[in-house]
Amino acid sequence: MKTDIAKLLQRKKKQIFENWVAAQLADSNLRDELMSNEELRSQSDELLDVLLKTINNDNLSDVYSQAFEPVREILAGISVFRAKNGYTPTETGLYVFGLKEAFLQAIQGEMKSDLPGMIEVTFRMNKLMDHLAIDTFDTFIKGREEVILRQTDEITEISTPVIRVWDGILALPIIGTLDSSRTQVVMENLLQEIVVSGSTIAILDISGVPAVDSLVAQHLIKTVAATRLMGAECIISGIRPEIAQTVVHLGIDLSSIVTKATLASALRHAFTMLKLEVKRVQREKSI
Amino acid sequence: MTIEKEQDVVPFRNRVKEHAVKIGMSILNQTKLITAASELVRNMLKYAGGGVTTIEVLSKGRENGIRVVFQDKGPGIKDIKQAMQDGFSTGKSLGVGLPGAKRLVSEFDIKSIPGEGTTVTIIKWKNG
Repeated sequence: MKTDIAKLLQRKKKQIFENWVAAQLADSNLRDELMSNEELRSQSDELLDVLLKTINNDNLSDVYSQAFEPVREILAGISVFRAKNGYTPTETGLYVFGLKEAFLQAIQGEMKSDLPGMIEVTFRMNKLMDHLAIDTFDTFIKGREEVILRQTDEITEISTPVIRVWDGILALPIIGTLDSSRTQVVMENLLQEIVVSGSTIAILDISGVPAVDSLVAQHLIKTVAATRLMGAECIISGIRPEIAQTVVHLGIDLSSIVTKATLASALRHAFTMLKLEVKRVQREKSI
Repeated sequence: MTIEKEQDVVPFRNRVKEHAVKIGMSILNQTKLITAASELVRNMLKYAGGGVTTIEVLSKGRENGIRVVFQDKGPGIKDIKQAMQDGFSTGKSLGVGLPGAKRLVSEFDIKSIPGEGTTVTIIKWKNG
């Protein structure tokens, strides 16, 4: 006689659930600071409930069938939730494997008399849960990737500030590598700010750019050209000695652009261009 | 290391730098090597859509150095002599990439078969 796994598990649901949750709570690595026990219980209950409703003898071997869609959806939800809340992949994996163990315990306890049947059922359950676990890993990584993408966006946002250092003088510290998309952002911000502030001088500081190759140089030249079209003058500062030598060896011609070693000397140059003078005021000695 | 997209350039450069630091290369030579590698890897991305790079530490007598090999299966270069000239570019760039990279490193070798791909090998000695 073939045992109906679904019925068996359905009958044992309560026990499976308790075993599973107990095992999770007993684990010394339980992260109760990340999720409360009640939350864990309700999450586990939901998953088990839907999973048991879905399982029947026919679809057991095909996790990717239509019927398993809701199960995978819930698992994906749990997985993404865990990824975002700082669980490790191992913990998320063990969560699903823990359920597998609880299932197998129940099956073993129930089918002692039917050894070949038990082996068969165990084998199929194993396979099913393994697939679900792999699926969880997939979504876990996707969840992490979302986090990374969001951070990348944030970095591009914050890494291109335009600073008004003086009336009519803008400074733009560039940190990191200048690629096409960064240049686009830098150029947009700079040109926009030139219009808004009515500045006539822009200082591009490249102290934070690790390497200047021909592509970066080309982007710089383009930015300078665009600034000039807007009627503003552009100074490039923060050129380190090794960068200077490299640029010369590469054969890039930056002679048409005003370049300075430090932001301070660029600022001084800008003051001269604006015919401003910075003086140390001699204080009268107090009596 | 496989290079497929623009985001691979920065990690690749960091790898080159790690190797250069390991053999104790000076900052200047490090920068030269990294810039040359960066030029070549960008060429690879732009014209061949990616390829494979290998970074090795070499030693010759008392001299240590780093060899980087860039291998792609792109369209290849028809006229290497022309490509090695300053200011020549089939794309819309400055045209200093290949000749510039050659000037930045100690040894430079380029082999290209049109239709099959290009292999560029550069060596930078620690004190070269």
